[in-house]
Amino acid sequence: MTAVNQKAIEIAVISGKGGTGKTSITAALAVLARNAVVADCDVDAADLHLVLRPEVLETHDFISGHEAVIRELDCRGCGLCRDYCRYDAVNAVIAPDGREVFRVDPGACEGCGVCVRFCPVQSIDFPDGHCGEWFISRARTGPMVHARLAPGAENSGKLVSRVREAAREQAKASGGTMILVDGPPGIGCPVIAAVTGTRLVLVVVEPTLSGEHDLERVLGLARHFNIPAAVCVNKWDINPELAQRIEAGARERGAESLGRIPFDAAVTRAQVRGHTVIDEGGQAAEDIRGLWQNLKKKLNL
Amino acid sequence: MRSIAVASGKGGTGKTTVAVNLARVMPGPVSVMDCDVEEPNVHLFLSTESRQTHSVGIPVPRIDTNKCTVCGECARFCEFNALGDMRSKIVVFNELCHGCGGCTRVCPENAITEVQRVIGEVDQGVSAQDIRVITGRLNVGEALSPPVIRAVRRYKAEGMVIVDAPPGTACPFAAAVRGSDLVVLVTEPTPFGIHDLGLAAETLDAMKLPFGVVINRSGEGDEGVEEVCRRHGVPLLARIPEDRRIAEAYSRGELVVDALPQYREEFLKLYRSITDMLNPNGDES
Repeated sequence: MTAVNQKAIEIAVISGKGGTGKTSITAALAVLARNAVVADCDVDAADLHLVLRPEVLETHDFISGHEAVIRELDCRGCGLCRDYCRYDAVNAVIAPDGREVFRVDPGACEGCGVCVRFCPVQSIDFPDGHCGEWFISRARTGPMVHARLAPGAENSGKLVSRVREAAREQAKASGGTMILVDGPPGIGCPVIAAVTGTRLVLVVVEPTLSGEHDLERVLGLARHFNIPAAVCVNKWDINPELAQRIEAGARERGAESLGRIPFDAAVTRAQVRGHTVIDEGGQAAEDIRGLWQNLKKKLNL
Repeated sequence: MRSIAVASGKGGTGKTTVAVNLARVMPGPVSVMDCDVEEPNVHLFLSTESRQTHSVGIPVPRIDTNKCTVCGECARFCEFNALGDMRSKIVVFNELCHGCGGCTRVCPENAITEVQRVIGEVDQGVSAQDIRVITGRLNVGEALSPPVIRAVRRYKAEGMVIVDAPPGTACPFAAAVRGSDLVVLVTEPTPFGIHDLGLAAETLDAMKLPFGVVINRSGEGDEGVEEVCRRHGVPLLARIPEDRRIAEAYSRGELVVDALPQYREEFLKLYRSITDMLNPNGDES
């Protein structure tokens, strides 16, 4: 019997510091998991589709928030909008007819609506923000949900939440029991949206001083939101002593190590060939298999 | 003061390496602003002894319940759902507040004042290499990094400023690079690196910011990066080769140009290319 009503287990692969191997490891785990739903939540620099090469089945606009747009013909140039804006998003420009008017820098505008409300001649529009797109796709590993945030856009956290929601719907529809979340770097808004409510965060870390420093902060984040964490040191052989120190430090913070992966040219080669490390084979692939076994054990699967 | 932002779409491509080593080979005065406030790392390479620290806050509403009539105007106005109208009272959700100040302005009873809620800090000091380091740090658990990034960028510094930007192409990236004279995009010649370089380049084109590209771990795959440069009409400024010794020096928190002096010339070349881009007519001012 498949447990139809059972909620899929969500695991987020995150890193704090960027470029530690989250996406390569997530893709490899997706192959090993068989029929997991994959959610690429690194919405402003999504790469998972480059190795899972999914077929896009549905494309949805991501509409979120609003954006202030000044109608320059109606603007009387009083500058109240600039004075009230807390984000330095309003600049003076010279209109074609030579008048000084104001213009909103869409990249700086946070969509608060203060200028819209207080413009004395109601010359500011407030259309919906088109902040990107999200996709439901089919990869060979199973359903995949991914997205593309518009350049410089706000609301990446909300897009991450949308992707995760769609991934849960996909899991329900396909009977998938696991959702693998490929998280964004950092500890801010999109990371919080990627990890809240997951069963476990798997932190991929490299044995560098930067990696160690960033791991401490990202484990702090997991603790802040009461999410169990585990670590995996990638490219451990770059600095074996530091790898050991990082694992010991993580253990003290309640995050056990579920495996180490060596520096292996096969990881980049897999990317170049557009497939996963597991397809490529080699020591890294072997060690990711070990990581997967430990992960299953940890989750009692 | 002129500023160069070092950025990338993909994380971990070597932004910090480029920023700190560039600062090291440049003639002073030079400052590095660490705007990767979620995971700041510059201080690991350029340590400073005495630091001045300032907290960074967001002005959030405080409601005077004696004046509030629970009309709900503030809650209707707030685009971020930071104010909830519970009928008997207005509840403030501080974590959702962007500090726009709109609620204080729309309240007909003047019942709302603003208080600073600390979300991070900025510190500054001077490193042993005589480089001023200004670091922003978002508190763990906080969501909004742009206010901390803007606080770092508001610092005034003499001479040249190198900004270490956060990865990605979303609003933190935009907040860090905005107002720079030039952006240096650091990439690695892998499919992920090249793909994300394209996204970052599109974002900078949309922001109308001039930029050039540095290939880190240069070697196989460089032609893909060159293709992105051609497509966007921007120069390839430098190549830092794939060399395990660089990765090892980085892992220990060492500057590449000090640990491996043979690479000094490549960073000097980068500095000269940047100077040429900033001064196309050859004047040094």
